[in-house]
Amino acid sequence: MQFLNYRLVIFSLVTIFGIFFSIPSFLQTDDGKKISLGLDLQGGLHMLLGVETQKAVEGKIKSIAATVKYFTDNEDILIEDITIEEEQMSFLLLDDSESTKIDTMLAEIQGLEINKSSNFVYSISLTPVETEIVKDMAVGQAVETIRNRLDQFGLAEPSVTRQGQNDIVVELPGIKTPQEEQRARELIAKPANLELMEVDELKSDQVYNLSDEEAKEMGNLILEDTNDPQIKYLVKQIPILTGSEVVDAKVAFDQQSNQPIINFTLSTFGAKVFGDFTARSIGKRLAVVLDGKVFSAPNIRERIGGGSGQISGNFTVNEAGNVAIALRSGALPAPVIMLEKRSVGPSLGADSINASMFALISGFLLVVVFMIIYYGLAGIISNIALVTNLFIIIAVMAMFGATLTLPGMAGIVLTVGMAVDANVIINERIRELLKQGKSVHKAIEDGYKNAMSAILDANITTLLVAVILYVYGTGPIKGFAVTISIGILASMITAILGTHGIYEALKNKITKDKNLKKWFGVN
Amino acid sequence: MEIFKSNKSYNFMGKRLPFLAFSSLLVVASLILLFTKGLNLGIDFSGGTLVQVQYNKAAPIKEIRDILAKDVRFEKASVTEFGSEEEVIIKIPTTSSTLGKDIGDDLRITLQPTGNYEIRRVDMVGPKVGNALQEKGIAALSLSLLIILVYVSFRFEWRFAVASILALIHDISIALGAIVLFNIDFNLDILAAILTILGYSLNDTIIVFDRIREGVNTSKENDLDNVVNQSVSNTLSRTTLTSLTTFFVVLTLYVFGGEIINGFSFTLLVGIIVGTYSSIFIAASFLVQLKFSISNYRENEAKKEKRAKDKEKLRAQFEQGTV
Repeated sequence: MQFLNYRLVIFSLVTIFGIFFSIPSFLQTDDGKKISLGLDLQGGLHMLLGVETQKAVEGKIKSIAATVKYFTDNEDILIEDITIEEEQMSFLLLDDSESTKIDTMLAEIQGLEINKSSNFVYSISLTPVETEIVKDMAVGQAVETIRNRLDQFGLAEPSVTRQGQNDIVVELPGIKTPQEEQRARELIAKPANLELMEVDELKSDQVYNLSDEEAKEMGNLILEDTNDPQIKYLVKQIPILTGSEVVDAKVAFDQQSNQPIINFTLSTFGAKVFGDFTARSIGKRLAVVLDGKVFSAPNIRERIGGGSGQISGNFTVNEAGNVAIALRSGALPAPVIMLEKRSVGPSLGADSINASMFALISGFLLVVVFMIIYYGLAGIISNIALVTNLFIIIAVMAMFGATLTLPGMAGIVLTVGMAVDANVIINERIRELLKQGKSVHKAIEDGYKNAMSAILDANITTLLVAVILYVYGTGPIKGFAVTISIGILASMITAILGTHGIYEALKNKITKDKNLKKWFGVN
Repeated sequence: MEIFKSNKSYNFMGKRLPFLAFSSLLVVASLILLFTKGLNLGIDFSGGTLVQVQYNKAAPIKEIRDILAKDVRFEKASVTEFGSEEEVIIKIPTTSSTLGKDIGDDLRITLQPTGNYEIRRVDMVGPKVGNALQEKGIAALSLSLLIILVYVSFRFEWRFAVASILALIHDISIALGAIVLFNIDFNLDILAAILTILGYSLNDTIIVFDRIREGVNTSKENDLDNVVNQSVSNTLSRTTLTSLTTFFVVLTLYVFGGEIINGFSFTLLVGIIVGTYSSIFIAASFLVQLKFSISNYRENEAKKEKRAKDKEKLRAQFEQGTV
């Protein structure tokens, strides 16, 4: 009894594997690995964002300037002309006997390039290595920040991943309407740069007569009020504190006006800096600046300890919520810009699934029927291989956790057409040999042997092209390449092992039966 | 059932010049189209914004055009029907890089007076990404051809490799010509279709070449034309059959697969027809034109075999310790 042979055993195992692991995908059950639908099929938002890392370097310089300012104020070291010029800050030390103190303090900060002129003008910038580190961290931090914000936004399975050096891919499957999409985008884009700044009370009344350049020369900045751009404030260029010291932010309601406000809490260090500053600035104004706009500028009446503050403006509840989320999850270290966006509505996704499913099923049936008409029982054997092939593709994709995209679906449809190829080649060879009068045993053996080189060469070349498609393709095209590759490999297993095993098991029966028309469709 | 009698040999090579002439004509026409009218680059490669809008009645295309023409931001927008008369595609050559409010949002608001609609798809590709994709696409295509050249040279002989590459260039030029002729936007999916054609047509050609290689190695025939005719005839059933099944499924994809993959499936349909034709009538003709010599090939094969045998012998001797 030759019914069981190693080919048939392997093929059966592969088939069981295929069926078993494709069940979760077919039934879309909750447990087990399954194929998830791509954004083009289930609807959603895909974005490629670029991080403007240059701005992160500038931000770093700004925070170093704030540190220098805090240090010198505290130690009563007199400095003058403290300015920031893009990637460089500079100041003049008035009393050169204090220079060792400053040098020690600066030495504690890593990655600085410090130039000190003979008259004690310090210019400080980042070393090239540190610049790269800051840029790299900015992207990493942006990924974290965006992920945090989206998690708190309450969408299902947002995915935020870094791509290449400066880019971030954001995928949001749960987006249903353009309005929802816009809100998510605004949340991501919000820099949430909170700065607490000192209003320059001495020159404040000149603010409406100054140009931006003139203000800068004094070491100041002109900022607009968030509600009324006509109102302007003259603030010191170096902030007292930046948002990096915010540890918590919550929406609350103002007790008098019932307007939404945001309460924030500072870190221990932030609270100390804030307390020290307010203690020596009683009578002055403190500007609460968010993303370059002044939200409020209350008078400091006493030392504020405890490290909390509030932002009030004409917020809607939604806006206040966004700001609070953004503050909690940290500021974006650098602005992000949109490089690419693909957004698909859920109804279009559903249409695409239905259409491609229908194409897949009808194409599949066409091939199945055609094979039976052409090859008789050999056609049925090929069809078994074809069905197994489909299961294997789905099972393997599920195991890799691959997503099924529209091009991927097209890839499966195409694979169905091409998967019969190996069997067609083999069947043609067997027919040829049978016509030459060879026995069934010999025809099957030699048929497989003769067909082998053609099948291998043809499939390897196609596979090479698929690999290149994968390497150079993006997103959906990768999906297409993956399905094609799995399909080719699966078709080689099902054709070379599977159908061979079946023939092997049946060859005695075929020999006895003698009806070659029924078995191979030959006349 | 059988379509072709497998024991019959058709005289393909006898008529190869008319077929080559016909193919040259198609290729030249395609190249002229490509270089005069040029590929209609879609937003994936050129950058830009594409918005798919579905109305709850027939889309008021004229009204949409009028409204967009009045707005500076959308002056260069093109509006075309998509699939059904309720749906339109609006294409704008510009993009916006701000995340908060983008050009798609602006368009949504601008369109409000035109009726009840649903925005079904917004694709926006910035110029930087478009350029990168263009470079990657060209790299993918050239690298594929190079790798095929190397692999086929290694498995067969350089003339086979050159002939198969020529056949591929033939297929791809004609497919690209059809894309230009039918005004299909050249996007990433079309590039994928072109690369699939490359793989598919190569697959077909390799099977024919494999048979020719077998014929050269095993038959006593010394005339290349006869060997080629016999081999192409032998594989004729297989070539047509596989092409038919693939053609069927791609046809269902084209008819039922939905508007979005129409361009993709159309390109594949053209590719399958051209690829099948070229594997039967053209690829082997190139081999004959390149003056492939049966006797030289056999000599080389014999030498290779001898070398392999010598090596084996040496190794056997070595292992037995007699050297």
